Amino acid sequence: MKKVTVYSTPMCGYCIRLKQFLDQKGVEYETIDISKDPSKLQELVKKSGQMGVPVTDIEGKIIVGFDKQEIVEALGI
Amino acid sequence: MAHVYDLIIVGAGPAGIAASVYAARKKLDFLVLTGNIGGQVTWTADVENYVGFQFITGPDLVGKFEEHIQKYNVPVYEDELLDRIEKKDDTFILTTRKNVFSSRSVILATGKRSKELNVPGEQQFRNKGVAYCATCDGPLFYGKRVAVIGGGNSAMEAALQLLSIADKTYLLTVNNELYGDAILKEKIISAGRVNVITGAVVTSITGDSFVGSITYEKNTVQNSLPVDGVFVEIGLVPNTQYQSGLELNEIGEIKVNLRNETNIPGIFACGDVTDVPEKQIIIAAGEGAKAAIMAGKYLSAR
Repeated sequence: MKKVTVYSTPMCGYCIRLKQFLDQKGVEYETIDISKDPSKLQELVKKSGQMGVPVTDIEGKIIVGFDKQEIVEALGI
Repeated sequence: MAHVYDLIIVGAGPAGIAASVYAARKKLDFLVLTGNIGGQVTWTADVENYVGFQFITGPDLVGKFEEHIQKYNVPVYEDELLDRIEKKDDTFILTTRKNVFSSRSVILATGKRSKELNVPGEQQFRNKGVAYCATCDGPLFYGKRVAVIGGGNSAMEAALQLLSIADKTYLLTVNNELYGDAILKEKIISAGRVNVITGAVVTSITGDSFVGSITYEKNTVQNSLPVDGVFVEIGLVPNTQYQSGLELNEIGEIKVNLRNETNIPGIFACGDVTDVPEKQIIIAAGEGAKAAIMAGKYLSAR
């Protein structure tokens, strides 16, 4: 199974929808909540070149926003 | 000739979802074209006035909406943004940025989106300091300097939320005072740490890779304010940018009558994109149901 990391904030609608989608597909992932650990913001910016959430890291493939199609393609599901 | 559907529903917020449920139960041959499922509900924090749910978050309600239409196997094409609608004989041709579809009737439920400032730098720094949702993106500005643009309730709420996160919070409004609920105004004043700048017209957003400052004009003087984040909270605009020949009101909403009919027979509209009084999730859903029933009647009369 591919390593998946989701950068999010607690009240971000698309972050929640994205995680619902991954749960539905049975995909395991790690969540990084930037509100709990502001230092992770640098990591997010470095990886994605921007500071919007959600950002999904699928083994190095960075997807900004809740883009179902890109996520499905990157996961190969 | 491409397949001609009975109905095409554009949009999948509460209005489009309700229309879809009704169209599915009428067994119409239809599909849904939409940017995303949920619309504004996705970024609504708490919903406490949609009957049947004493409390539900916006994203969870969207999840329920999605489950509901999945139950009826409603075909939903996401990431489809409408460019234009044309009428040829008795058929509507809907052109999106990716495809062309045909149908005998149309329900427009395209909702509203955040209004943009329309100043240089806004697009360039979108998600690079420029944001439209304080609840969502606020936590990204821990210890930074932020400016909220707007003078209404949503702007004041955003400023109050950011106050506990950001190091410095500015609130800029073009008006000479804040408007909106008195209780929010009091909170802003008593908090003391929100720098309110009235009569300020934002003219540009600048920076290198990320936002570094904004410029604004006040009393014919150009000022620069160093900030890391800009939250634009100046209201909503209806998504009616597609070509259609539809009659709109002065703020761009589609004019509909009590039967959700527009000025073009066969095109119905519902929810926040219309001039229906009051914009609420439950009202949009009710309007969507009504539009689907009316579209069904229109189809069976022909």
